[in-house]
Amino acid sequence: MEEITNLMNGFIVVLTPYNMGLMMVGIVLGVLIGVLPGLGGANGVAILLPLTFAMNPTSAIIMLSCLYWGALFGGAITSILFNIPGEPWSVATTFDGYPMAQQGRAGEALTAAFTSSFVGALVAVLMITFTAPLVARFALRFGPPEYFSVYLLTFCSFVGMSKGSPFKTIAAMMIGFALAAVGLDTVTGQLRMTFGFTDLLKGFDFLIAVIGLFGIGEILLTIEEGLAFKGAEAKIKMRVVLDTWKQLPKYWKTSLRSSLIGCWMGITPGGATPASFMGYGIAKSMSPNGANFGKGEMEGVVAPETAAHAAGTSALLPMLTLGIPGSPTAAVLLGGLLIWGLQPGPLLFQEQKEFVWGLIASMYLGNIAGLIVVLTTVPFFAAILRIPFSIVAPVILVICAIGAYTVHGSMFDVWLMVIFGVVGYIFKKLDYPLAPLVLALVLGDRAEDAFRQSMLMSQGTMSIFFDNGLVASITVLALVMLFWAPLRAGIARLRGR
Amino acid sequence: MEASEEKSAASVKAVDAIVAVVIFLMGLVVIVDSWRLGAKWGSDGPEAGYFPFYIGLILCIASTINFVAAFKVKGGESFVSMSSLKMILSVVIPTIIYVGLIGGVGPVPALGIYVASTIFIALFMKWLGKYAWPMTIGVAVAVPVVFFLLFEVWFKVPLPKGPLEAALGLN
Repeated sequence: MEEITNLMNGFIVVLTPYNMGLMMVGIVLGVLIGVLPGLGGANGVAILLPLTFAMNPTSAIIMLSCLYWGALFGGAITSILFNIPGEPWSVATTFDGYPMAQQGRAGEALTAAFTSSFVGALVAVLMITFTAPLVARFALRFGPPEYFSVYLLTFCSFVGMSKGSPFKTIAAMMIGFALAAVGLDTVTGQLRMTFGFTDLLKGFDFLIAVIGLFGIGEILLTIEEGLAFKGAEAKIKMRVVLDTWKQLPKYWKTSLRSSLIGCWMGITPGGATPASFMGYGIAKSMSPNGANFGKGEMEGVVAPETAAHAAGTSALLPMLTLGIPGSPTAAVLLGGLLIWGLQPGPLLFQEQKEFVWGLIASMYLGNIAGLIVVLTTVPFFAAILRIPFSIVAPVILVICAIGAYTVHGSMFDVWLMVIFGVVGYIFKKLDYPLAPLVLALVLGDRAEDAFRQSMLMSQGTMSIFFDNGLVASITVLALVMLFWAPLRAGIARLRGR
Repeated sequence: MEASEEKSAASVKAVDAIVAVVIFLMGLVVIVDSWRLGAKWGSDGPEAGYFPFYIGLILCIASTINFVAAFKVKGGESFVSMSSLKMILSVVIPTIIYVGLIGGVGPVPALGIYVASTIFIALFMKWLGKYAWPMTIGVAVAVPVVFFLLFEVWFKVPLPKGPLEAALGLN
């Protein structure tokens, strides 16, 4: 088993005091970010990214990915204790987590949430360990048409899986593509949509968009919802943890189901948020206790948390193997890879073994460390939430401004961040999804390159996307995803007859 | 919900329609500029506007559908109430002034990020949080000092500085 050997080498990379230290820093900062409104996985990583430019890439990715795990864990704390989802993917956790806390079972709910998160992540990491090398080897055969069809699949999945209006998803996505096109066109050397503004020459950086859309936008939403946080008491006693652990195995079916949903939603870029809702919804309809969901049923905490964490973790699989991120946070990590001088994609597994396997090993250790950290430090993080918002908000805004400035050392970016913040607030309230916008902004240039190269190969005919079995099946799958809503309605109507 | 009883500043319908129009105009700008660059097949392959042209086209089509859909929603649901809008503006406007103070815009002097942050946090706490002066000044001075140590000293990432740092010889 080559994977096992590689993984062991990965553990050797991670198990140095320096990297272990960075791992702990990442986890603690991540939980903090997950707890605070306005700071989340995606913009937290984006803000810290400039500080890692000088670091060794392996150490940097270990710290930033642990920040991501920490944020995934942290989201559950605010959901359960305060009924405020710190992250969008923990909304479904509030349904049963908060009622449990109100019944004085906060400790149980938190333990269940953290443990389920851990289980979900573990399943996803195991999946990554054994399938990522296969996918990477397979993807080595990909040419531009195959890549473009995978991009197409990525974006069509967003449309097919969108909860709201598919046309709002399409509009948000196309804004991302349009913003990505701004600036110097590297192929022809022409300036696109700069209209004489020198600041626009380098185009829009997605890190700025992420900090504005998710950071400032979130702060504005929080302010509108009111400034006071009223929360349940948080203490986790060792006995409660052990008692809860005794109860959890009986929900193994729910865990397994949610893990699989999560893995699938993470790889196809559905992301953690829809995965958590799907995990909750399916558990509710299939569990014998389904009727009690929403009243403080532990299974209702297990289901969404497992799915969200599995999705969040498996989003890194397409990021590493194909260079296509499955979530905004994975997109920011991908941006990091490029900045550290690594080319994401199948070759990474051959040329940067230490980096890839160090990262995968750190996923195992990071989640174990994360579980221990959150179980022991909940009261501390709950106390942070009690700091009044009128102190926290300006400090977070300052952090966002610093983060936006450090990306390129440009004041123009800070102004852009404010604009993106207002746009993010409006879009969130009108149900325009932000994830496809960010992903299109990240992948826009590369999707366009793949498209142009394909067109050059075929002299301008679209038939190249159906040229061989592989590319044709991906393209067809993409089209099925694009028209998923009308297709499903059609099937339902046929069945009804 | 209390919010629905309050006076509405704008309805969802109106904001939805306006956003759709703005996105449509964006699409139009993309189409026009792509056309200027050439959105066809050049002598050496696709021209610079080839790909963005279709992006602009899809933007226009999608936003037209969104515009029509905005009017199909029944009822005058409120997008934001008057009091919420006031809260939002009381954060957005100071933030804009804050960003202006960092780098300086027109008549606003450039103070650098640390001094601007001190003023911003202090105003925010005093105005929206109604804190006593000692607490306000304590937080407003401590936070930028911590960031200064973190960025300038520890990570050696230079942030915008102004006359105060120059006077103290910290540049």
